[in-house]
Amino acid sequence: MNRYPLWKYILILTALLFGAVYAMPNFFGESPAVQVSPTKSDGKVDPALLGQVETVLKANQLTYDAVFLDPTGVKVRFSDTDTQIKAKDVLASKLGRDYVVALNLLSRSPAWLYAIGAKPMYLGLDLRGGVHFLLQVDMTAAVNKAAERYVGDLRTTMREKRIAYLGVVREGQTVQVKFKDAAELAKAEAEISKNYPDLTLKESDNGSERLLIASLGLPAQKRIQEFALKQNMQTLHNRVNELGVAEPIIQQQGLDRVVVQLPGVQDTAKAKEILGRTATLEIRMVDEDKSDGATLQNASKGQVPFGDEFYIERNGLPVLVKKQVVLTGDYITDAGPGIDQQTGGSVVHVNFDGRGARIFKQITRDNVGKRMAILLVEKGQTEVITAPVIREEIGGGRVQISGMANVQEATDVALLLRAGALAAPMEIIEERTVGPSMGEENIRRGVHSTLWGFAAIAVMMALYYMVFGTVSVLALGFNLLLLVAVLSMLQATLTLPGLAAIALALGMAIDANVLINERVREELRAGNSPQASIATGYERAFGTILDSNVTTMIAGLALFMFGTGPVKGFAVVHVLGIMTSMFSAVLVSRAMVNLFYGYRRKINKLAIG
Amino acid sequence: MELFRIKHDIPFMSYGRLTTSISLVTFILAVYFLSTKGLALGVDFTGGTVMEVSYPQSADIGKIRSAVDGIGLKDATVQNFGTSRDVLIRLPVKQGVSSAQLSEQVLHALQQDNAQVEMRRVEFVGPQVGQELYDNGALALLIVSIGIVLYLWMRFEWKFGVAAIIANLHDVVIILGFFAFFQWEFNLTVLAAVLAVLGYSVNESVVVFDRVRENFRKMRKAGVAEVIDNAITRTMSRTIITHAMTQTMVLSMLFFGGEVLHNFALALTIGILFGIYSSVLVASPIVMWLGISREDLVKVEKKEAADATP
Repeated sequence: MNRYPLWKYILILTALLFGAVYAMPNFFGESPAVQVSPTKSDGKVDPALLGQVETVLKANQLTYDAVFLDPTGVKVRFSDTDTQIKAKDVLASKLGRDYVVALNLLSRSPAWLYAIGAKPMYLGLDLRGGVHFLLQVDMTAAVNKAAERYVGDLRTTMREKRIAYLGVVREGQTVQVKFKDAAELAKAEAEISKNYPDLTLKESDNGSERLLIASLGLPAQKRIQEFALKQNMQTLHNRVNELGVAEPIIQQQGLDRVVVQLPGVQDTAKAKEILGRTATLEIRMVDEDKSDGATLQNASKGQVPFGDEFYIERNGLPVLVKKQVVLTGDYITDAGPGIDQQTGGSVVHVNFDGRGARIFKQITRDNVGKRMAILLVEKGQTEVITAPVIREEIGGGRVQISGMANVQEATDVALLLRAGALAAPMEIIEERTVGPSMGEENIRRGVHSTLWGFAAIAVMMALYYMVFGTVSVLALGFNLLLLVAVLSMLQATLTLPGLAAIALALGMAIDANVLINERVREELRAGNSPQASIATGYERAFGTILDSNVTTMIAGLALFMFGTGPVKGFAVVHVLGIMTSMFSAVLVSRAMVNLFYGYRRKINKLAIG
Repeated sequence: MELFRIKHDIPFMSYGRLTTSISLVTFILAVYFLSTKGLALGVDFTGGTVMEVSYPQSADIGKIRSAVDGIGLKDATVQNFGTSRDVLIRLPVKQGVSSAQLSEQVLHALQQDNAQVEMRRVEFVGPQVGQELYDNGALALLIVSIGIVLYLWMRFEWKFGVAAIIANLHDVVIILGFFAFFQWEFNLTVLAAVLAVLGYSVNESVVVFDRVRENFRKMRKAGVAEVIDNAITRTMSRTIITHAMTQTMVLSMLFFGGEVLHNFALALTIGILFGIYSSVLVASPIVMWLGISREDLVKVEKKEAADATP
């Protein structure tokens, strides 16, 4: 009765083999590596790039352990961190801006394991070090910004159609257009509703003037918000690429949040600064008509003329700038730091795209001799970097912005402009940073807890239940192997609470074996034959094991559903651990007992202590 | 080796009044400490910033204090964490200052004092996120409780479900009571431990209840109290061995897991100790008082009998 059919042994052997193969990559350790991937998502990853990387490394006499190509890019493994850092610098300067060169850690496991998809467990930030941010997108600001854009658009439309209006202003999330008489208003209403179907129009008057109030419909608002989130995520992608992070994660969470995880980032201050900055460029005209001394004097005391804003330029001079934005950083295709040939000061070279170049050309043509202000908007603070006089029409979309304090600032501003603007401001509402040394220590702690606990349990079980105890320990070892293999295969994120869950899973999985062993003892005590005791012991214990595991599973699943961060990491391992322990504690231990006792003719006594 | 060879059933049910009274007193004490002292909620739930920094030599807390005070963070707390070289700095939520700036400012101030300082970890949770995590935690606790009652109701009988959940929620309250009394920090990891304990100690009740059901079938002439006494006595060996094993693992975490897992392991330890007590000596008397009888399990019994036929 205690013999398994052949297929069960084969099943168990297959599971053992699977477990061994997929757990194996975890035991090879990691080497410093450099990862080269294209900056743009449509960039090519081909053997030519591989060859290029190899040539660069060879030319600089940098020895590497391995180099290979995968869908995300080229990865090169080194034996020490010095070579790694040197290689990164060399590759970054040789490959240019089209590629992101990032430091990484790669498993030393052999290529054949990698080829069959056996990778080491995916370590969470608390184990490998890095930064985790949760960013909240300010959706009200996104809609306000859209309304602000409509102010300009409506003005242009009415000018083109020669409709006489008194003014266009944004009131909260609506745009108000003022008219003197109803006829013009009706004309405007027809025109606007034809050209801007997203706007809901309403007539009103404030006594002296007729008002047309345009507001954004709900679907349009929703679309703007979705777009703002997408745009912000794209911008974050660009910025993260500038940082050179090997495996960044940028994900939407809920309707208005973005998770950013940067594993292995050493310079966390720089990362925060780059991500946190929300700089965008605005080009507006200086209000020349009101730039006389007296008006400026009054403006500095708070009496700013209508439609203008008052700023102090970098060089200390006051300036009145029109509220209307003529061009924004959205049209920038490239930006880079440079030195002005004539003055020797630091400048930023900016390239606009086709549409931006056209707009810029038109503005400069129409405003020769007037001043144009270049503003940098950062964290709600606007600064006029420079306000040069337009000497001539500027075509081609290449612009040089002077007024940078030094080369470093020019580099930073260029980076921010290049990485694009955020469609709406974002705020960090959660941050978890773990230094690299802490990560290593956490791994050591988790692994030590598990191993020492396992060893102690092994000794106690073997002493208390003899052969059956040893079988239980082997089954528990099998469980550990299987759990590690499943975690590696699923590439579920392993965190420190996850490591604790592995330990706890083992501590709880032994319950099943204790239940079985106690049952077998009981059957023996009741005077049953050894073979019959084994069979009924396992059978009776199974119902109890199932019940208790289901209740534990309920807790695990609830943790998984409602948990975030550390709790979720714990829950994943907890749930998987319950599944693997059911298999190993019941099936595997039984198979071993069957092999040991099931084929004997006569047993006098079971070695169960 | 066999430690628990008990010839006669121990009359646990006759001590029922005593054991549940002890539980009730502990429970009331726990509730008292929870309501007067409250939980020392970690930054996960309250919002704020926690920084852990490390020095190559013993850290000078006084100097760090004054450095932090120097940049205008008067409400910060500075304390040693684990070893004398590691320091934990807590900063409450400050309106209008982003976390990124705050922790950088502090690190910068510390570096000016001693360049060898190393940033180990920073955790910042906005107040609104903290509230969400708190709500989600409470929701998870509720869902787990309902799920367990439903499962036990389905598998046994509603009286078992109710008894198990009363016994185990009482464990949860007692763990929380301990955390309130000693003002240990209660964070997300501890919450995970608490919920794991809930699942784990229900196991315990399930094992006993399983035996109770089996005994109702076998011991046709015995009374309800005798049936339960026998079930508890016969599962006792397993109860103690299993818990000893789990506790061994948890102790290993307590010793080797470092500060981060310390409170997690503490919560588990309390949970395991009270789990044994409550699931055996509280859940069973409650089932008895709820008036469990052989007839309650008749329906289930038939199904069980069918299952058990090989």
